[in-house]
Amino acid sequence: MELIFSKGAAGRVGSSLPALDVPNNNSILDSMKRKESAEMPEVSELEAVRHFTLLSRKNIGVDSHFYPLGSCTMKYNPKFHENVASLPGFADLHPLLPQLRRGGALTQGALEVIYETEQMLNEILGFAQFTMQPLAGAHGELTGCMLIAAYHKANGDASRKVMLIPDAAHGTNPASAAVAGFITKEIPSDEEGNVCMKSLKEALGPDVAGIMLTCPNTLGLFDPNTAEICKLVKNAGGLSYCDGANLNAIIGRVKPGDLGFDVMHINLHKTFATPHGGGGPGSGPVGVAPQLVPFLPVSRVAKRADGTYTLEYNHSQSIGYIAPFYGNFSIILRTYAYLVTLGREGVPRISEHAVLNANYIRAKLAPYYDQEYDRYCMHECVFSATRQTKYGVHALDIAKSLIDRGFHPPTMYFPMIVKEALMIEPTETESKEDIDRFIEAMIDIAKESEISPEKIIQAPITTPVKRLDETRAARNPKISE
Amino acid sequence: MRKFTKDHEWVKIDGDVAFIGISSHAANELGDITFVETPEEGTDFIVGDALAVVESVKAASDIYAPISGTVKEANPALEDDPGMINSSPEENGWICKLENFDIAEMDALMDEDVYRTYLKDS
Repeated sequence: MELIFSKGAAGRVGSSLPALDVPNNNSILDSMKRKESAEMPEVSELEAVRHFTLLSRKNIGVDSHFYPLGSCTMKYNPKFHENVASLPGFADLHPLLPQLRRGGALTQGALEVIYETEQMLNEILGFAQFTMQPLAGAHGELTGCMLIAAYHKANGDASRKVMLIPDAAHGTNPASAAVAGFITKEIPSDEEGNVCMKSLKEALGPDVAGIMLTCPNTLGLFDPNTAEICKLVKNAGGLSYCDGANLNAIIGRVKPGDLGFDVMHINLHKTFATPHGGGGPGSGPVGVAPQLVPFLPVSRVAKRADGTYTLEYNHSQSIGYIAPFYGNFSIILRTYAYLVTLGREGVPRISEHAVLNANYIRAKLAPYYDQEYDRYCMHECVFSATRQTKYGVHALDIAKSLIDRGFHPPTMYFPMIVKEALMIEPTETESKEDIDRFIEAMIDIAKESEISPEKIIQAPITTPVKRLDETRAARNPKISE
Repeated sequence: MRKFTKDHEWVKIDGDVAFIGISSHAANELGDITFVETPEEGTDFIVGDALAVVESVKAASDIYAPISGTVKEANPALEDDPGMINSSPEENGWICKLENFDIAEMDALMDEDVYRTYLKDS
């Protein structure tokens, strides 16, 4: 792939400007002027358009490819949401406006969107109140951990320092708990892929602040003991945190608040069809049970008796500011559009289709790939490439080989408790035809692994650069010229 | 005397120091090691504490203290050549040396042949 700097010719420009016909206000200090001209590409408009169009065609994204990246819910983001988010009444709002004199009157629509989105999330997930402020999933986890710490401190129970984290939790959970000042303790899974209840009971005690449960867990499994776990933790004086990154599996079907969770973060950029990854930004709202409401961050959007909306800052027990302004507002706005579009009937169909699609793949690929846990999965299925390692083919090779066949690779080597893991999450937005094509590609790779493994091992061969030396890149990173 | 843990660490006692590392099985499973975060000299650890972090192209994994003790020295060679854990996991790729340990804690660990059998069964 050629760089844009190697295209064009010296002196070539995209557009010719007329000569300056007003006095040249040469007010820039000499000391501030650059000594040499900026190195800019010298190309025509058409050359620039072709360069970037060709570059964009090398992307593998959800708008062009099936994107089964497990644990990430890379579902399609309807373009309607982009239209709503770009309406000038929203897009041109200044974030300081609500705090200016009479600014509140000019931002009623935006405040209503935040408030109404909170209300819908409370209803869907069974919580008393949401904060929309956290800017990403792990930021939501940190906020949740800080709320748990504030709760115990307010109850004179600050010696509760241990956060229990099952080994099938998301990897960010222990990091978030540690940043919030907790000591983490890992709880192993049992042979079914659920939390080992014996280990949990042994770990519970007066030093335990709570548990962070990924629900469903990173094996794509719903733990049938979830309500029991929350009850045990509660009886031991702790709080239960739900990592909602996998909410796509249960949305509209189960209210985590009803299961006994006290606090939960969700990822708008996963479950609620807002841009994800390079397109970001993320958003990780946190919902809480009534006893944690006093500690929620400020600002909070409140509805006055006359039906107007206002921002509140005066909450004495609040953990304070965790983000500037009101969270990633344009993402909240897209979520509002998503929920209003789907409605009461549509929301449960998200999880219904997501779980059906994952189980369809699981069943179709079961004859070709090993599974650590032979049971129905939720929104994602985890295979192990152990059968293929006999031929020298590893999870990494299968993932690379999928690129050549026109698919984004799935998550690999995660969860870490499954050897040679391949974690596939089709989401509800894929058609049966596309899922069938993916299944065919996976079967083809399994067969070729036996007959000519060398072909799988050298993948990808259709990309601008072939197999990268990941070890060398990690050991000797060259991060600047 | 070399002993192993269920989590694939090994300990070798040599006089009044105990060498700690990860087994060749663990090194093989992790794949190419790209970075090792070694413990600081003089830090005290008790059994089961996270002692070091080993990063590979696949994952970052905690290495747990197989016995209690004080860090005498971290392997200086690992900074420039973390791949030594792959090429010589049970000799030159040791992670750190502990002192002030209680040799009785070794009783809870597996002998080499027991560990190799444990690997086959798991």
